[in-house]
This record gives sequence, C-alpha cells and structure tokens, in this order.
Amino acid sequence: MRRLFLIAVPYLWLLALFLVPFAIVLRISFSDIALAIPPYTPTLDTSEGVWAGIRDLVSQFDFENYEFLTGDDLYWKAYLSSLQIAALSTFFTLLVGFPIAYGMARAPQEWRATLMMLIILPFWTSFLIRVYAWIGILGTEGYLNQLLLSLGLIDAALTILNTQIAVYIGIVYTYLPFMVLPIYAALERMDESLLEAAEDLGCSRTSAFWLVTVPLAKNGVIAGCFLVFIPALGEFVIPSLLGGSDTLMIGKVLWEEFFSNRDWPVASTVAVILLLILIIPIILFQRNEQRLREEEDA
Amino acid sequence: MRRFSWFNATSLTLGFAFLYLPMIILVIYSFNESRLVTVWAGFSTKWYGELAQNDAFLDAAWVTIQVAFWSSTIATVLGTMAAYVLVRGGRFFGRTLFSGMVYAPLVMPEVITGLSLLLFFIAVNLDRGIVTIVLAHTTFSMCYVSVVVSSRLVSFDKSLEEAALDLGCSPFDAFRSVTLPIIAPSVIAGWLLAFTLSLDDLVIASFASGPSSTTLPIKIFSAVRLGVTPEINALSTIMIGLVTVGVVTASLVIKRNVARAEAEARAAAG
Repeated sequence: MRRLFLIAVPYLWLLALFLVPFAIVLRISFSDIALAIPPYTPTLDTSEGVWAGIRDLVSQFDFENYEFLTGDDLYWKAYLSSLQIAALSTFFTLLVGFPIAYGMARAPQEWRATLMMLIILPFWTSFLIRVYAWIGILGTEGYLNQLLLSLGLIDAALTILNTQIAVYIGIVYTYLPFMVLPIYAALERMDESLLEAAEDLGCSRTSAFWLVTVPLAKNGVIAGCFLVFIPALGEFVIPSLLGGSDTLMIGKVLWEEFFSNRDWPVASTVAVILLLILIIPIILFQRNEQRLREEEDA
Repeated sequence: MRRFSWFNATSLTLGFAFLYLPMIILVIYSFNESRLVTVWAGFSTKWYGELAQNDAFLDAAWVTIQVAFWSSTIATVLGTMAAYVLVRGGRFFGRTLFSGMVYAPLVMPEVITGLSLLLFFIAVNLDRGIVTIVLAHTTFSMCYVSVVVSSRLVSFDKSLEEAALDLGCSPFDAFRSVTLPIIAPSVIAGWLLAFTLSLDDLVIASFASGPSSTTLPIKIFSAVRLGVTPEINALSTIMIGLVTVGVVTASLVIKRNVARAEAEARAAAG
C-alpha cells in the first residue's frame, strides 16, 4: 500500500504536468489558428461521447502547420542556424574548457577542491545575470572597446554586441562548467604513470598527450559536448539579449511566434520539430552514459 | 609535492579570469556614481538606495522567493520519492515510462517545457499566477532533485536498510531512521539546487506567470532588454553576493560534516 503511494504520487504528478501538457502541444500543432481565446480551434469535443470525440479529433488532424513550416524559408534557416551556432559554440567551449580541466586535473592535490568550487560557483549564480554582464562588456561603448581603444589596438569601436560573435561568447561563457566538469572527472581518474611509460618508451610529450591523454579523456569530452550542445540548441536568453535581429535561433522564433504573433499552432509545431531534432543527440548521450556506467562496473 | 607547471598555471589563470572578470566588473560598476554605466565617476552606493525604493522590484523579489520556497520544498519531497522508487522500488508497471519522465525534463529545452505547461494550464482552466509558476517549477526541479538523491542512494549500502528491517523496523521506520539520515546531505543539496533553479528561471516562469505575478528574472529581463542600468548592476551584485555566501557556507558545512564522520569512523575502527 505504502509502496503504491510512493510510486503513484510522483508518477501522477509527472503524467499530469509533463506528459499531458506535451500531448496538448502535439494536438495543437495539428490544429488551425483561430481568432479566439484560446487562439486555436477547439481540441477534444466529447459532446457525442468520448470515442466519437477522439475519432473526430483524428480525422481533423491536418498537417497544414508542418507544410507551412517546411515551405517557409525562415524556419529552415532558423533550425539550420541553431544547429550551426550550437555546434560551433560547443567546439569553442571545448577549446576553452579542455585546458582548464587539464590544468585542474594536474594541479596540486590540495588545490583541487578549491578549483572545483571556483568552477561550480558561477553555475549557481543567476544565468540571466551572467549573460547580462556581457552586454556592458561587448557594447560599442563597452569595457572591451574602451580597453582596446585606450591601448591603441583598434582605431574605431568594434561592433560585437548584437552579432553572432556575441552569441558564441555568451554560450561558451555560460556553459563552460558543463564542459569542464566531465573532462576533469575523466582526466583526474587517469593514471599518470601511463604518461611516464609512454615517454620512457620514446614518445615525445606532445605525442604522449595525443596518444595517451586524449583517448583517456574521450568519454569526458563526449559527455561535455552533449551537455553543451543539447541546451544550446534550444537557447532563448542568450540570442535575445546578445544576438542581433539577424541571429536566428529556434528558441527565439518559438517565443516570438507565441508571444508576439500569438500563433499558438505554429509555435507548437516549431516545438514538436525542435524536439524531433533533439531526440537524436539525446539518445546518443544516453547511450554514451550507459556505456560509461557499464565500463565502470566491469 | 607537486607544483603547477607554467602551462597549467597560465591556462587556469586565463580560464578563471574569463569566468570571473565579467562578474567582477559588474560588481565594481554597481558602485559607480554616474548613470552612464560605462564611465566611472566615483564611488557611490546610491543605486542600492534607489533599488530599495523600487517597489516593482521588491514585489517581484517577494513573489520569486515565495515561488522558490514552495516549489523547491514540494520538488524535494517528490524528487526524493521518485529517486527512492527508481533505485529501490524494483519492477513495477510502467517503470520505463516513469524513468523516462524523470530524466526527460533535464534535457528538454525550456521554451518547450514552458509552452506545454502554459497550454496545459489554459486547457484545464487554471488562472495563471503564483500557483501555476510553483507547479511549473516543481515539475522540472523535482527531476534535478531525483538525480542528485538517486546518485547517493545508488552508492550506499542496502544491507543497512535490510538490517533495520530484520531487527523489526517497519519499512517506514527503516526509511526514517536509517535511509533518510544517510541521504540527508543529498536531499539538502537537491533542495538548494531546486531553490536556485527556481530563483533563476526566466523562460518557464514567463510562460506560466499571469499579469499579476511577475518574478524577478522576468522583471530583470524586460529591464535589461533596454540596456545596462546601474540599478540592475546593484541588484545583480546583491544576488551574486547572496549566492556566493550561500554556496561557500554550504560547502564548508558539508566538508566539516564529512571530516567529522570520517574521524568518528576512524575512532570506531581504532
């Protein structure tokens, strides 16, 4: 009895507030926009019995919104540019994060807890504030331009804010801990005598790095890349605060369809397609995690 | 004893400078006299004074704290239950679906979670306000709590529970007097995580909130869209300060407890 209660409470909560809402999104993505509140044609009509209602519902399904989305360049471009921005910024995060994780794993033992704390601390700080901090730095009259101008490195202020470069910087900055932590975990476990052995056997330090360290860090790198790529793909705050009007990202498009255009069916369709795109990296990520667990158990 | 190599020292210095300089600049400029945020005009705390008079921000902060408290508390209860069921519950009907629903919100883009919850609230005719934000935040943060708690449950020795049961404890007593004390640090960590996630959330709260219930992130976001202002710098500084104090205190307490537990274990063994 108690066990049933323990299972049922969180189960029903998630069914009601996770699965059912998503079913509604799916349903609305198949309906037409209407000038009403709520602004879409009615969902389930049970006046003639539940089953008749459901039959009606299925026969009403139309793929109009999906056709509209695939027909309109804007959405294609938004999905493609989201993929591109997410992939490139994941790569940049790796470039910035790997040396940090490497440095942490090779730091004296008594320093590591502090360094770990320093990496995690920004993660607890408001995401919004961390993005906001860059507005003041990157603006035309921002601190970065002031610094570069006063050093005489540039003659005229650079335009960085409201461009895609600012979006890349924002993503690298806010998601850096997600990249550093799994790589650090992988590198910290590594047995350093392997490096000595490689050098004793005639490897140069560089080739020992590529032949020993990198393969051992591989799992951490893969985990880190997924942890950055997946949330970056649906990102809304960073492109809307740091990107310009030419920065197309799908999270922003969905937001605008919903809040500005009030086109709920199209917003729902955008959401469903975004999720379909995300399923692939999510499944790959889960497989990677599972493989890691099995390797650890073995 | 090992020392930093110059390469590692450089990459760590650059890396941490990148992580911390933006926030340090923000904090410094919150004490700027001038309204022009990029020009330094002398030290002043006047923006903190202005902030204290800004009722809209204070109201939003109060809403945010209420939402964070209730959602993290409910999420901790639900998330701990979910973790216990997943780790110790054995097999039951629909277990795969359940574990899928526990993990999915962690990778779901916030815009989708927000949109789906809003459409749900409208479908069931629930007026949007503090209650709907609490429901929305509870739903995604219970998943984080469940991950944190289940990682602790997996690593601790099941035979302790079984011993308690053998000695005549009811399952509930065994949970309360054996399991709960052992997983307590992770339950607290889960609560803290849920609390900060809720404090921080903009996207889901924007969908779930009504006109009468604006949270602080929503307020900050609409102000920030118009550019940098010294009041927001001051507000950010307060929030950064609170988080830093909270996280450092929590980790020192945990460190002390771990050290004490180890000392006790050593004493018991010796």
